[in-house]
Amino acid sequence: MGRWRRLFSLIVLLTPSYGWLVFAVLAPLGIMFVFSFLSDVPIGERAVFFTLKNYQDFFQNTFYWRLTAKSLLTGLYTTILCILLGYPLALIMAKIIPHRWRTALFMLVIVPFWSNTIVRLYSWAIVLRKGGVLDLFIQWLGFESGSLEILYTYQAVLVGLVHGYLPYMVLTLYIAIDRVENSFLEAAASLGANAWQRFWRILFPLSLPGMISGSILIFIPTIGSFVEPRLLGGRTGTMIGTIIEDQFVQLFKWNFGATLAFLLLVVVLILMALLGLLLRQMRLLRGEGG
Amino acid sequence: MKRAIATLAYLYALSMLIFLYGPLMVMIVMGFNRSPFYQLPFHFDLIWFQKLVTNERILVATRNSIVLALAVSLLATFLGTLAAWAMARYRFRGKSFLQVILVPPIAIPWLILAVALLLMFYWLKIPRSLFTLVVGHVGVSLPYVILVMMTRFQGVDWGLEEAARSLGADPLTAFRRIIFPLILPGLIASLMFTFAISFDNFTLSHFLAPQGVSTLPVEIYTSIRKGFTPEINAISAIVFFFSATLVIFSGREIKFVE
Repeated sequence: MGRWRRLFSLIVLLTPSYGWLVFAVLAPLGIMFVFSFLSDVPIGERAVFFTLKNYQDFFQNTFYWRLTAKSLLTGLYTTILCILLGYPLALIMAKIIPHRWRTALFMLVIVPFWSNTIVRLYSWAIVLRKGGVLDLFIQWLGFESGSLEILYTYQAVLVGLVHGYLPYMVLTLYIAIDRVENSFLEAAASLGANAWQRFWRILFPLSLPGMISGSILIFIPTIGSFVEPRLLGGRTGTMIGTIIEDQFVQLFKWNFGATLAFLLLVVVLILMALLGLLLRQMRLLRGEGG
Repeated sequence: MKRAIATLAYLYALSMLIFLYGPLMVMIVMGFNRSPFYQLPFHFDLIWFQKLVTNERILVATRNSIVLALAVSLLATFLGTLAAWAMARYRFRGKSFLQVILVPPIAIPWLILAVALLLMFYWLKIPRSLFTLVVGHVGVSLPYVILVMMTRFQGVDWGLEEAARSLGADPLTAFRRIIFPLILPGLIASLMFTFAISFDNFTLSHFLAPQGVSTLPVEIYTSIRKGFTPEINAISAIVFFFSATLVIFSGREIKFVE
């Protein structure tokens, strides 16, 4: 009796959520996979057959190769910039700033990240455009207006991406660095390690898992980004994400769009699996268990 | 030496905050500037906020966004809480698998999920509507609710419920008087958090909204691509303060680790 009741409760409680996730996430991805092998979108009487043409189009056209490389590189640049800018801030938050200010700073880092992406990018467009605040500042310094053309360049896309994803890196690093016990550092100091050694021998290795999680959290969405390149990149902002959007919104080549999106998904899943393995290895090495 | 390092640290933190907030502040200030071309010197004026009130398109889009976000946050929080309850209360086979499959909806770029949903609705011959938007938004919100509520439920001492039952409370009363107050902070956080996810979501709405219907982010995106008007600054300023308030209130509960 009890066992059946338990099973019944489990089914009643879990089915709505997981049914929804299957319908809204897993099933669509499966259908996308099927569409990527179809010759056309099934409308009315049109004959539709299975084909590898969409994949051939991708692999035989160096244009898409170059765009994929560009998107991957953009993800890499964004991640590296976020590490370089975010590490000092996370370190300051975890080890230097007094405790009572920490929560406030934490909140301040989080807010712009959860604020509307479109609004965030719009604010950069205002700052970076010709006649915008940065341009006025340059003029005030005595240079000619427009001597620093930034909006609608690749650099502007990077600025927008770094601005959006920096909080991820700061937060994951902060959590990792905060966990490093001060007593470790004090012990090292009492044994004669200088600040440089304490950082590279203790703090940095122990913060690596945080850096890896942060990197993957940044790298994955960045390679699929299309709003940042659209709004800040102009014509230079063509990336694999904008090409996917084009297939659906402008060109109505949905099957090819499905192929591109599926290939991107494969890259994402491989990255996630690699990350999982890497983090597990690090934990095992440290003897924290799997 | 120590002092110099501390000063440097503060300066660095300050410069990062300027990087994070500078453009947003500029945008907000320009929303109060009289010049439509963002010209300086600054003349304080509420003209763009007044224009906003009569801008039918933005008002309708705002209403759509609010209705959608309310529906999404209520549904996702309710369903997600049920699942989290089961996961925290019972031990069963396949639980860790159920936890693992919460990761993809969070980690996969929304662009991929959006086009996949578009294809599925097309294939099922379901026209784009409020329903298709709700399906997508709830789908990406549910994992967050389940994760947050699971942490909440794990902190609940189930002995309290048993004690209440043994003292004669029926299951409903035990839930209402004992469990509900304990998980209330998590519920409020989930509601606000999922509201923010839906209210701010551009990508899913961009692909799943019916022709001619737009949510606020879609409307702002369209206006930006047409050109710059300070009315967008005005609505963006309001949206920014609104999202910031939501995050600050729900942020206490969610540890942002996930």
